[in-house]
Amino acid sequence: MDVRLSPVQEALRESVSLVVDRLGPRTVRQLDDLERAEKLEAAVVASGWRDLRVPEVDGAPLASGVEAAIVAEELGHGLADAPFLGPTLAAELRRLASAPAATAGETVVLAPSLSEFAVAVGGLQDGSVAIDAQGAESALVLVARENNDAFVLASVPVASVAVGVDLTRPSAVVGSASPVAVIDQQGRALSSDDRATCAALGLALTCADLVGIMRGAVELATGYASSRQQFGRSVGSFQAVQHLLADALVLMEGSRSVARHAAWAVDALDPEEALGAAARAKAYCARAARTVCETSIQVHGGVGNTWECLAHVHLRRALLSSEVLGGVGVNMGRVLAHYGIGATDGLR
Amino acid sequence: MDFGDSLEEAAFRTRLREWLASNNPRLPASSTDDEYWAGQRAWHQSLYDGGFFGATWPEEIGGQGRPSVFDVIVDEELAAAGAPPRPSLGYLVEGILEHGSDETKRRFLPGIVNGRDRWCQGFSEPDAGSDLASLRTSAELDGDEYVITGHKIWTSYSDDAEWCLVLARTDTGAAKHKGISAFAVPMDQPGIEQRPLPMINGITKEFGEVLFDGARVASSNMIGQPGEGWALAMTVVSHEREPQQLGFAGRYQKLVKDMVEQVRSDPARYNADQIRDLGWAIVEAEMLRVHVCRRLSERLDGVTHGPEGSIDKLLMTWTEQAVGNAALSVGGLNPADDDTGLKVYLYGRAQSVMGGTSQIQRNLIADRILHLAAS
Repeated sequence: MDVRLSPVQEALRESVSLVVDRLGPRTVRQLDDLERAEKLEAAVVASGWRDLRVPEVDGAPLASGVEAAIVAEELGHGLADAPFLGPTLAAELRRLASAPAATAGETVVLAPSLSEFAVAVGGLQDGSVAIDAQGAESALVLVARENNDAFVLASVPVASVAVGVDLTRPSAVVGSASPVAVIDQQGRALSSDDRATCAALGLALTCADLVGIMRGAVELATGYASSRQQFGRSVGSFQAVQHLLADALVLMEGSRSVARHAAWAVDALDPEEALGAAARAKAYCARAARTVCETSIQVHGGVGNTWECLAHVHLRRALLSSEVLGGVGVNMGRVLAHYGIGATDGLR
Repeated sequence: MDFGDSLEEAAFRTRLREWLASNNPRLPASSTDDEYWAGQRAWHQSLYDGGFFGATWPEEIGGQGRPSVFDVIVDEELAAAGAPPRPSLGYLVEGILEHGSDETKRRFLPGIVNGRDRWCQGFSEPDAGSDLASLRTSAELDGDEYVITGHKIWTSYSDDAEWCLVLARTDTGAAKHKGISAFAVPMDQPGIEQRPLPMINGITKEFGEVLFDGARVASSNMIGQPGEGWALAMTVVSHEREPQQLGFAGRYQKLVKDMVEQVRSDPARYNADQIRDLGWAIVEAEMLRVHVCRRLSERLDGVTHGPEGSIDKLLMTWTEQAVGNAALSVGGLNPADDDTGLKVYLYGRAQSVMGGTSQIQRNLIADRILHLAAS
């Protein structure tokens, strides 16, 4: 056992961090700077980070869940407004299905609850969501075969991408009117194990994103508490404020440990165990992120309740990442099912 | 990054698993039952003699010099087998290792590690809890002995101990933190009275009060230099914050495993609230397990512990109290049922106090990690 990042992984982390520091939004206003956002997007594309789950000749991904999670954490930390989660999950579904690589921007469709991949039965359910859809022309859905124990990959066109709760990652609503086109596959259907693997990856990446967001929120709030003066001293010198920030830091560190484990489990454990680790991590990280981001707004006082303060951008991104592939309640259900208590949901 | 076993780790795990098949004393949980404390000495010695306790300490003191991550394997396998957790005394060893002379280490540490000598820790006093440096127990030099007078409290394992690591004031003229020295005091002597101090869950063999009235200790039993007691105490309590020193991750895994089995055997008995509480206990206990893996891996760099021990202490506390909540919830309060769950829950309240309260840990994090100005 050695759960330190390897030197190569550490270098990856640093390079993502450098790009996001340079090109990510540093203020709420910079979210509207389209030239900056296009440069960030171009840098992410050129780096190849979105291709980490593209298959090598033997079908294994170019890089493990750990590398993908490192990228996700740093993008979350810098509130990067360039797609990563959606294209990475799309690449993973194509890899598992032995489908040819996408030729244009692609993401995945989730069910209206956001808690699982959309499964088309006849057509898509209205209110299904193509997540992280900036620049995507299409999004992948699953089409059930036989008794729901195998799926084929299909795609729907994506249009009218719009910003919702998360100001950094717009999505598109799709539904029964969306034409579902089965993708030409060389005879490989997706098993429920494949679906679990992809869900484990998605959960691990959203956990990593949440860890990054929490790091950013703690840094922002700690910086503010150090500079903001009230009663003739910095508010960070008050024990009541210090204890809020200390708890936030502890929640972030616990989250970081479970998120790393979940990222490792994606490729190192069998799909059922990987999904169990991912569900535990997601329940922990989603609960923690909500508290940490709310703490940041509280520490920012009146300023934290204004649109101009970045604190709500952290919270909004965390709210979406928490719900993608299931939030606290859904994943707690998966955890218990994994331990043989209660019913399993559609994932297994 | 790899959470999996190396070949050497896998071999160690297999040996431990085989050993446990015939050496598991099946004691009750340490937090709920005096029967555990009665059997702990034999368990410690047996685990050590099997080659599974203290494996990560240096060979000179009876360890095997293995990397720290081996302790994770011990915790996991003990929990999986339903065996008692490892004895919690790593912090004493670390304190003496760092501050004792070579002779002191040779004299005392092998007996602590192999479980032949039982030790307790005489730090807190009735008027010196969080403000430990205000302690009043005194040690006055008389020939080549010190004479100790004072009152220690919340002393774990004092009834079973042959030795007490005592902090006492040797220089009343010095500043509060500077006049304190540490001694290895033999407990079996007329100047020491040990009284059991029942805990809120009713167990009587964990806590004690120790009264020193003219107890004598050879000056050669001082650990470190005169006035070094405060530094030694800080070393000890900083390690007492680390779940890996206490083996508590294994204790939580065992408690959770028992509860999961209980609920699975008759799920219809439990409502959604009880099951959700158990879910959080599972999630928190697993969090602590992988968090300890991460911390011990950082040690492979030669990084020793620092202020992040306060982070680990809070994570451990939240885990213990989530496990305690689940134990209370799943166990229920029907007098027809046994009250183990209630005892686990009540015992868990101590975790946010011992080894430095949660409030002290938050002060340390704010000061030393977040660098917020002191209030």
